[in-house]
Amino acid sequence: MSAQPIIVSASPHVHSDRTSKKLMYDVVIALIPAFLVSIYVFGFNALIVTAIAVSSCILFEYLIQKFLLKTEVTITDGSALLTGILLAFNLPSSLPIWMIIVGSLVAIGVAKLSFGGLGFNIFNPALVGRVFLLVSFPVQMTMWPTAIENNTTLIDAVTGATPLGVIKEGLQFGETMTEISTKIPSTINMLFGFTGGSLGEMSALALLIGGLYLIIRKVISWHIPITLLVTTAVFTGVFWLIDPEHYANPIIHLLSGGIILGAFFMATDLVTSPMTKKGMIVFALGIGIITVLIRLFGAYPEGISFAILIMNAFVPLINKYFKPRRFGTKIKSKIV
Amino acid sequence: MLKTFPKGGIHPTENKITSTVGIKKMTVPKVVYVPISQHIGIPAEIVVNIKDKVEIGQVIAKSGGFVSSNVHAPVAGTVTKLDLIIDTSGYKKQCIIIRTDAKNESNFEDIDYPLKTEITTEPKDILQKINDYGIVGLGGATFPSHVKLSIKEGTNLDHLIINGVECEPYLTADHRLMLEKAKEIIVGIKILMKALHINKSIIGIENNKKDAIEIFKKLTAEEKEIKVAALQVKYPQGGEKQLISALLNREVPKNGLPLDVGVIVHNVGTIFAIYQAIQHNKPLIERVVTVTGKKLENPSNYWVKIGTPIKDLVDEVGGLPEGTRKIVNGGPMMGKAIKNLDVPVTKGTSGILVIAEDEASRGEPKNCIRCGECVYVCPMGLEPHLLMNLSEKGMYEKASQEDIMTCIECGSCSYVCPSHRPLLDYIRFGKSIVKKLNTAKN
Repeated sequence: MSAQPIIVSASPHVHSDRTSKKLMYDVVIALIPAFLVSIYVFGFNALIVTAIAVSSCILFEYLIQKFLLKTEVTITDGSALLTGILLAFNLPSSLPIWMIIVGSLVAIGVAKLSFGGLGFNIFNPALVGRVFLLVSFPVQMTMWPTAIENNTTLIDAVTGATPLGVIKEGLQFGETMTEISTKIPSTINMLFGFTGGSLGEMSALALLIGGLYLIIRKVISWHIPITLLVTTAVFTGVFWLIDPEHYANPIIHLLSGGIILGAFFMATDLVTSPMTKKGMIVFALGIGIITVLIRLFGAYPEGISFAILIMNAFVPLINKYFKPRRFGTKIKSKIV
Repeated sequence: MLKTFPKGGIHPTENKITSTVGIKKMTVPKVVYVPISQHIGIPAEIVVNIKDKVEIGQVIAKSGGFVSSNVHAPVAGTVTKLDLIIDTSGYKKQCIIIRTDAKNESNFEDIDYPLKTEITTEPKDILQKINDYGIVGLGGATFPSHVKLSIKEGTNLDHLIINGVECEPYLTADHRLMLEKAKEIIVGIKILMKALHINKSIIGIENNKKDAIEIFKKLTAEEKEIKVAALQVKYPQGGEKQLISALLNREVPKNGLPLDVGVIVHNVGTIFAIYQAIQHNKPLIERVVTVTGKKLENPSNYWVKIGTPIKDLVDEVGGLPEGTRKIVNGGPMMGKAIKNLDVPVTKGTSGILVIAEDEASRGEPKNCIRCGECVYVCPMGLEPHLLMNLSEKGMYEKASQEDIMTCIECGSCSYVCPSHRPLLDYIRFGKSIVKKLNTAKN
């Protein structure tokens, strides 16, 4: 007999090797391509912003749990790290350091820990941090270093608007889409990410690679990203077909702003998204519609952050009404 | 595409390390401990006294009612004690202890009977014999077989399904039985088809047992009435409801029985036992048990007399290896962990699994991250995270509304939970309370 006692516990006696921590780190890995593009495009600043956001998120989680809440410190579970990266990805690379720290405090302290920590938060912490900064410091939060012009020249000092900002502004001044389109980057540049914008949201391609990785690794399912992208494309497409001079085409909408980052990495946040596939489709549909409404008719050029947060609030309701079908309740049961 | 059930399920590492090891005959133990409750339902009533001499196959405890089953002497010997001993449930149960006679231990050289294909027994006698010879479901549920087969007049029954799925990791008892006793199993199927007046049957086997599928396909090539279906490998496909859904795309209604969709399901082991009972008048006194574990010297499959202490079985394969932390009666997904080896093999014992440290300890439970994995894998369409929560908070009424009683306890939810939450533990607990509340109400 072995020296150690025999364990008597209930079945199952085996467990899959997946852990929450591994899931978190998988998301971190999936964000690497976009991070590399952001360093290429924004240089050292991208590194600084991310480092500050990550370290302050982890530090705040530690301090608050250790000294304020006096609970177990959970900084090693990967969730604070992920929040930090996602927050950084939603910020302009020129944001003052102290603002990043404030954003991190709001994300971790307010959006996550005050709800009870990982798993209990209703809203996506990184997005709460981002939106808090956007409404508090609108000027700094919408100053975007223009990264690369003509694909190659890096012009660091100049600030400019994002493609969506350009479109919104142009339309307000009565310009037509044909006129505006000369001022926004080409589709190819938007696909690769050589455009202005938040740190991690510009390169559609890099984000798609990461998103695909998450789907293959079964960290997320296709339901939220695909529904969200399709909804956005269809909804903006309808407007574009009606009046192409006043509405940008769906491709511009999909490739600009935070749609792809939002679709694969923010809306799919496990904690704040629905638990069933049906629920996910409803959730993503809602995000798509709200995003387009804000983009086309709202005061902000970009709406995905608000849309996700709004739909986050509906998740408990969605979970309640979109349950899996119980086995044995088929309406038409085939009986001989 | 191979058939399978539509919703949920998992694919744990198979670890079928004993699948190529033929079934050996286990040494007859010196003493057997035969519990009188080896089946679901009322325990049997003891009909022997201390110091009585018993023959192999003699009834030593008589069925205690309709949902009950006879218990027979697995060895010839002397009843030395009627005592309470701890069985695999972890509770003390009434038990008949028999000391084996040195000389008279093998007048039932059973499993190697010549094949007898002609079925002469009349349908109603088939049922009676199944009852008399103590046949219960050998898949693990140990439901008395005669009860399952007592079908009310007018029931619309069109399919007999043979469960050769064996979806639990590690277990290979059914697999080996199918390879070695395929002809007998086919006769067993015909016996049941005769008894039930059914003319369609399907043998469902998971695709990780290609050799078994092959053998049955070959043997039934001429038989129009018996089909063999290869199934995708997915746990818990051996669950009756999942198997019916996989093979016939029929959904057994909530709170319903397979009979409600015209189906009756029997495990291959049970079919073999029925064959022996009907063709050779042999009561259920032994079964195939897989004794396995990654660290065991000689993991194997054995013909084991009911009542054999598990210690004897483990000794047969080289004893408990260094660092053993868990001993499971059954498979790793649904089996029961036992405290020590002083527990006998019963009719429901399909395997003994010896687990070392690396697999034995559970991960520390962390916060639920609401990933929904438990919801996706639940084959019954339940929300395990919700049921656990309600159960934890004592909201049993609500848990009942959320169909907690529909849970088949397959453990898929606990298996996948990345936060290592003890979902099934809480659901089981909740179920037990809801059951009590429901009984109180009626």
